[in-house]
Amino acid sequence: MRKIILAATAVASFTLTSLDGLVAADEIALVPQDWTFDGFTGGFDRQQLQRGFQVYLEVCSACHSLKYIAFRNLEDLGYSEAQIKALAAEYELEDGPDEEGDMFYRPAMPSDYFPRPYPNDNFARASNNGSLPPDLSLITKARVGGPDYLYNLLISYEEPPSDVEIMFGMEYNSVFSGGQIAMPQQLFEDLIEYADGTPATVDQMARDVTAFLHWAAEPKLEVRKTTGIRVVLFTLVFTILAYFLKERIWSRLDNPRD
Amino acid sequence: MDRKKGVGRRAFEWFDAQLPIVTWLDHVVGTKYVAPRNLNYFWNFGALAGIMLVILIATGIFLAMAYTPHVDHAFDSVERIMRDVNSGWLLRYIHANGASFFFIAIYIHIFRGLYYGSYKAPREVLWWLGIILLICMMAAAFTGYVLPWGQMSFWAATVITNLFTAIPVIGDSITSWLWGGFSVDNPTLNRFFALHFLFPFAIVGVVVLHIWALHIPGSNNPLGIDASGPNDKVPFHPYYTVKDVFGLGVFLLIFFAIVFWAPNFLGHPDNYIQADPLVTPSHIVPEWYFLMLYAILRAIPDKLLGVIAMFGAVFVLFILPWLDTSRIRSGTFRPVFKIFFWILVADCILLTYCGAALPEGMPLLLSRIGTFWYFFHFLFILPVIGWIEVPKPVPDSISASVTSKHAD
Repeated sequence: MRKIILAATAVASFTLTSLDGLVAADEIALVPQDWTFDGFTGGFDRQQLQRGFQVYLEVCSACHSLKYIAFRNLEDLGYSEAQIKALAAEYELEDGPDEEGDMFYRPAMPSDYFPRPYPNDNFARASNNGSLPPDLSLITKARVGGPDYLYNLLISYEEPPSDVEIMFGMEYNSVFSGGQIAMPQQLFEDLIEYADGTPATVDQMARDVTAFLHWAAEPKLEVRKTTGIRVVLFTLVFTILAYFLKERIWSRLDNPRD
Repeated sequence: MDRKKGVGRRAFEWFDAQLPIVTWLDHVVGTKYVAPRNLNYFWNFGALAGIMLVILIATGIFLAMAYTPHVDHAFDSVERIMRDVNSGWLLRYIHANGASFFFIAIYIHIFRGLYYGSYKAPREVLWWLGIILLICMMAAAFTGYVLPWGQMSFWAATVITNLFTAIPVIGDSITSWLWGGFSVDNPTLNRFFALHFLFPFAIVGVVVLHIWALHIPGSNNPLGIDASGPNDKVPFHPYYTVKDVFGLGVFLLIFFAIVFWAPNFLGHPDNYIQADPLVTPSHIVPEWYFLMLYAILRAIPDKLLGVIAMFGAVFVLFILPWLDTSRIRSGTFRPVFKIFFWILVADCILLTYCGAALPEGMPLLLSRIGTFWYFFHFLFILPVIGWIEVPKPVPDSISASVTSKHAD
């Protein structure tokens, strides 16, 4: 039995290591970052999420929607109900029809979802040189590399190498697949003024907005990990007890007289 | 006499006389089913697969209550499950990763059968039922993967249903019939949802047959010899129920580590992008448990032959009991077979790896070698080593082997 397990592990690890590097050749190296939400118990830093939300609001939301996030979800970031109501009320939404059958405009409410910057995809393309700015609700889960990818993308706008010809309306980004991205660099030093006074460096803004968008993609991350710890502790105790019960029952075979 | 029995006991006997379901269960997985006493931990994986099936059905029913099978709403409804449905994220992560762990359990179960010769007489029908279960599982997993209607869902459905166009003459008609139209669209999603709900219950039915067929000859064992005498066997309950419970605990610990700390590790990021028929992903790949078959499909340059090879890789298992000419069941006593068994394991890992790579250059070459070896193993090596191999001496009885081990 032990021999078989050893053999299986040996075969698997030998096959996998000897294959390593066959597939990974075309992947772009991302600089991995330390995120507060990494690790066994890691969660979100509310202060960082609020800063990241500010970056989204003042920079990204001009072109990118966040369709799965409602204003009410911002309570998760530590905003009060009054703050959320006030923020929502800054937006006007078309609603209706009313009793006369007319559409009308009303201020947004906490239960409303974030308004989209463009009325439809064609409008969005027409306003962006034919490119569609993707919705950001799931962006950190929808890209290989996750939050590390997004952060690296945002800080990797560079002068193109001399042998690369940039197409019309495109920018060079060393992290983006193919190197040419339709979104120009958005983050510049002191572009925004953080409400909490943090210096708004490019690195800081990229990091904060990535953390915010990871919250948007995986809002249940914290409850997932706390639930997990309880479930695993229970299962661990259960398994240990099951092991000793098993030992005890099987020992009857060795001492049939008992 | 009757007076001495408690009320509970008498009530039970009254009920059991009219519907002996408890007695029947006792014969199936209880004290009346005797199993060889030397089963090792690889024999846990059948029960583990059964438990994963139950977990999948239980979570799946609740997911279906919140899911909308429509091309315009499916992706949104999955996100609603993840964000707004109470514990919906937990149900979905258990369900999605549960499918992977079902396959992990089944693949270990299958390779255990291959190593210990569990497919040999008198268990051929049991083995066949297992292959039918594998095929049903694949159908359930494939239709289920389409439901979230992400990019990989859509394009996997497109690639796989297009395989049927390779069938001469009637291929196109069959494909339109599967789609319910002229491309993968809303009717396809609707029928896949219906089928995804149906297959698990078909699986439950075949599992019953599988266990029934198991009980006729009884379980095989690591020595591969028939259990004789009472000293060779122990009652399934409590010996194997408690061993299965312990094994389940270990298996669940690994499962929970993935569910709670890396729930998207086994998935593809592209499936968090809503399906778009106008945008083809740069690299379409199935879930990990299909990568081996996918590598075989793409290893062969001809579409029809590729499809035949892919299905053949599963169907060759049906004739395996007659391809293996050795009369010794367990690989433990077959020195040559043992080596080729591990080469086959390595070959399957290699093919899985190649299935994830782009079909060009080195991975394509390796997948061709791997595909050749897979069929070569079953169609040539197994029959031949059965004839030329000199097996090691097989012990007379299970109890003799167990007691000699204790003497060491």
